[in-house]
Amino acid sequence: MDFMMLLKAFIVGGIICAIGQVFIDYTKLTPARILVGFVVLGVILGALGWYQPLIDFAGAGATVPLTGFGATLAKGVREAVATDGFFGAFTGGLTATAGGITVAIVAALIAGFFCNSDEKS
Amino acid sequence: MTKQEYALWAQQESPKSKGLGDILRAFLFGGLICVIGQLLIFFFENRGAGEMAPVFASACLVVLSAILTGINIYDNIAKYAGAGTLVPITGFANSMVSAAMEFKTEGFILGLGAKMFIIAGPVIVYGVSASVIYGIILFLLG
Repeated sequence: MDFMMLLKAFIVGGIICAIGQVFIDYTKLTPARILVGFVVLGVILGALGWYQPLIDFAGAGATVPLTGFGATLAKGVREAVATDGFFGAFTGGLTATAGGITVAIVAALIAGFFCNSDEKS
Repeated sequence: MTKQEYALWAQQESPKSKGLGDILRAFLFGGLICVIGQLLIFFFENRGAGEMAPVFASACLVVLSAILTGINIYDNIAKYAGAGTLVPITGFANSMVSAAMEFKTEGFILGLGAKMFIIAGPVIVYGVSASVIYGIILFLLG
């Protein structure tokens, strides 16, 4: 096992989350806005080609934060436009992220069905 | 309660102490989740998943987050970890699962089915739209 890779994933992933915490603490941005911001930022960084080097360097440290989700959207669009032309701009993003989104939807449905939240407010 | 009173109350009630400790906790928990993700990537690479390994790893994290949310553990960690549990893909899954659990009292269609997207929806809307803009620019330049 590559211990250096784990260390790099820890540090890069940690820093990205710490940046999110700075936004929570020092701006009035709600968590929803921060998540939207991170995804759009990921799309932009992916489009500029700056995110892939970070993935190569830090692995899960770059793919697990939501910026990685955005970068995957951009990557999917880039590949789809290359093969399908204009229409690819509309298919590539969701195609590349379909697995993650679908797993989350099904998981939410199952958990919502069987589990109860313990909030007593 | 007026808006101002509510803002004051919310400020008093919110447990977070601004500052370095907060940011350090986000760093540690966020980093830890990414380490778990990297271990999963190693696991799937060893099984020959190749380029798909990060995708499988993220899917596993989503399921793990759904389970921990379902048994009411993730939200308790999140109170402590802040952005450390919000920013990773597990936070995205948590937003869907916890909303699904909370709003099923409003019914399975407009409660559970609709409200699970209360945070994930905007994320998908703006993420996908940004990627479409990128795709059109790519096409025009190509």
